[in-house]
Amino acid sequence: MPFDVYLNVAIGGVLTGLVYGLMALGLSVIFGVVRVVNFAHGEMMSIAMFLAVVLFSAFHLDPLIMMVPIAAVLFVFGYALQSGLINPFIARPEHSQFLLLVALGIIIVNVLLIIFGPDARTVQTAYAFDSFQLGPLLVDATKVYAGAAAIVFAALLFAFFRFTLIGTAIRACADNYTGALVVGLNVNRLYALTFGIGAACVGAAGTMMTLIVDVTPMIGPTYTLLAFVIVITGGLGSMPGALLGGILIGLTEALAGLLFTPSAKSMFAFGILVLVLLFRPQGILGKRPA
Amino acid sequence: MNRTPMPTTRRRLLAGAAVTAAAIAAPAIVRAQSGPLKVGVLLPRSGFEAGIGQDCQRGVAIAPAILKSIGLPELAIMDGDTESSVETARARAAKMVSDGAQCLVGAFDSGQTLAIAQVAEQNGVPLIVNIAAAPQLTEQGYKFVFRNFPTAGMILSDAFTDQKEVFAAVGQSPKTVVFMHVNDTFGTAMAKGINLLMPKFDMPYKILDEIAYDPAARDLSVEVTKAKASNPDALLVVSRLNDAMLITRELVKQRWTPQAIMSMGPGWYEDEYFKTLGKLADGPLSFAPWFDPNKKLAQQLEAALAKAYPGVNLNTNHVYTFEALLVAADAYKRAGTTDPKALAEAIRSTNITDNASIGGGIAFDAKGQNTKVKDGAMQNRNGKPVVVAPKEASNAQPEWPLKPYQSRT
Repeated sequence: MPFDVYLNVAIGGVLTGLVYGLMALGLSVIFGVVRVVNFAHGEMMSIAMFLAVVLFSAFHLDPLIMMVPIAAVLFVFGYALQSGLINPFIARPEHSQFLLLVALGIIIVNVLLIIFGPDARTVQTAYAFDSFQLGPLLVDATKVYAGAAAIVFAALLFAFFRFTLIGTAIRACADNYTGALVVGLNVNRLYALTFGIGAACVGAAGTMMTLIVDVTPMIGPTYTLLAFVIVITGGLGSMPGALLGGILIGLTEALAGLLFTPSAKSMFAFGILVLVLLFRPQGILGKRPA
Repeated sequence: MNRTPMPTTRRRLLAGAAVTAAAIAAPAIVRAQSGPLKVGVLLPRSGFEAGIGQDCQRGVAIAPAILKSIGLPELAIMDGDTESSVETARARAAKMVSDGAQCLVGAFDSGQTLAIAQVAEQNGVPLIVNIAAAPQLTEQGYKFVFRNFPTAGMILSDAFTDQKEVFAAVGQSPKTVVFMHVNDTFGTAMAKGINLLMPKFDMPYKILDEIAYDPAARDLSVEVTKAKASNPDALLVVSRLNDAMLITRELVKQRWTPQAIMSMGPGWYEDEYFKTLGKLADGPLSFAPWFDPNKKLAQQLEAALAKAYPGVNLNTNHVYTFEALLVAADAYKRAGTTDPKALAEAIRSTNITDNASIGGGIAFDAKGQNTKVKDGAMQNRNGKPVVVAPKEASNAQPEWPLKPYQSRT
């Protein structure tokens, strides 16, 4: 097989992986600070995907333009969710948190089923069938746009945590909960902000994902599982780890499909997960527990 | 007055039990003899096959008026959702039987239908398979399972025959193909059948590569890249609806138009495919069970569907789901009872000649398989499939090769 075929597939895998990474980034941010594992993560992403589909079909609003507004809507949803529903569960046992978020995921899936029905929906933009030709390479235009948007969004998020006061305060909460309380930080509000930011990440990723895949209400649990595979591979709580994990899983799925059999793509992604759990349980960029 | 209690003997106890059993059974017997036949229609109305399941439901919806117009008795339809899952299909079938279903119809997907067949057989309730091609359904000695749909082997044999007819009509044929298929029960059975049967038909092409993929795949870019890298003349596919759309999108994005797309399954002729892809939907050939547009009942179905669902084209899903109900109503009329055994015997002696699908009508062999049913070759033309083979059921001539995707905008 010619080398450009491998390169084509690898580029496609990396670009898809970047969007996966942005999605998983939300999960990692929430866990890294709030210490709650969001088991409704993929389902929240499907809300963003349906918002993008509805806005496109009703008003022809391009998902690339709607990425920020939809992320903002998801931010509000995440903020309200943390303040109103999840906050009382912060101090409760992990299985209570697990059941709460799994229940939330099931509710989201069923509400979407009631509203939209089970059919797959798609966003068919003017560039939906475009591709860029670079010598022998043919790169899917929608994947390029989605991947680029994911990089920009992730960079903004890194900058937010690194250079803003609120970002620093959130990191302080993550590093030392008691210390944050002692210096007078409003931890509950910062937790809500963090959950909102995580939800915004998944909102942006979901909006981009509509350029690449069709959306159905049942798609959520698949992405929840994928987000877990990515963050555990990259390192739970590590933001760069989530992006790296996304790229690694995207690339692995693509190359495994080409080199072995496409129906075994997921098997290889899970194989990577098993290897990481065996030889580096904290994930590739995760911190070893003290 | 003193009453001497009668001793409880074994004979007296048995007699009492028999009277009690008769009393309990009586309402069931009365129920079995009166009212419309209760038919449980199990379809994947949600889950990844939901689109097709709901399409089959349209065949159910238009059935009552047509059955009445041809003098067949009324049916009481009980709707069931398999949720595109084998486990749910089994559970829902059992629930339907316990809720009083006297006959089952379903379930589009071979895996789900196999699960329902087990329930039907265990409970002695006839199952009329609307759509499911896995050969084992009618090869396991089941007494209550009937299929008015070709097996994978029959589909393939007819498909190869129809392909040759198309090649002869256009004066061209592909020399090489890549075979892409879903790896579910249906896709795997078809893949095995293709590899087994192709040598017997001496086809003009050889398979360069076989690519199996997950039916719930979200992205088929790698699969299409892999197929394109083999540089075949044509694509041979066994797919479902969503993956048919994914493959087409990737063909356009990867700027590759093979000479032909030859599908041996669903997906490519479905309305959703036409609606979503517009001009890009034209051209693929589907070799599948279909309706004969020249038959009176097919024309009646087309008219009823157009009235009930404007803009929806009549297809395999509607026709075979309707025909399953036609078989049930016809058997019920002849049996004159809802007794499952009598009903099964009536179904076994079915001989319907005025049907809608391609072939010589509906009659079941000892295994419960309709051996008269035939495939057709359909080509997507201006947003609608037309029949191009076999000649006796055709309403158009085939076109070859595919018009390049890049020139269609």
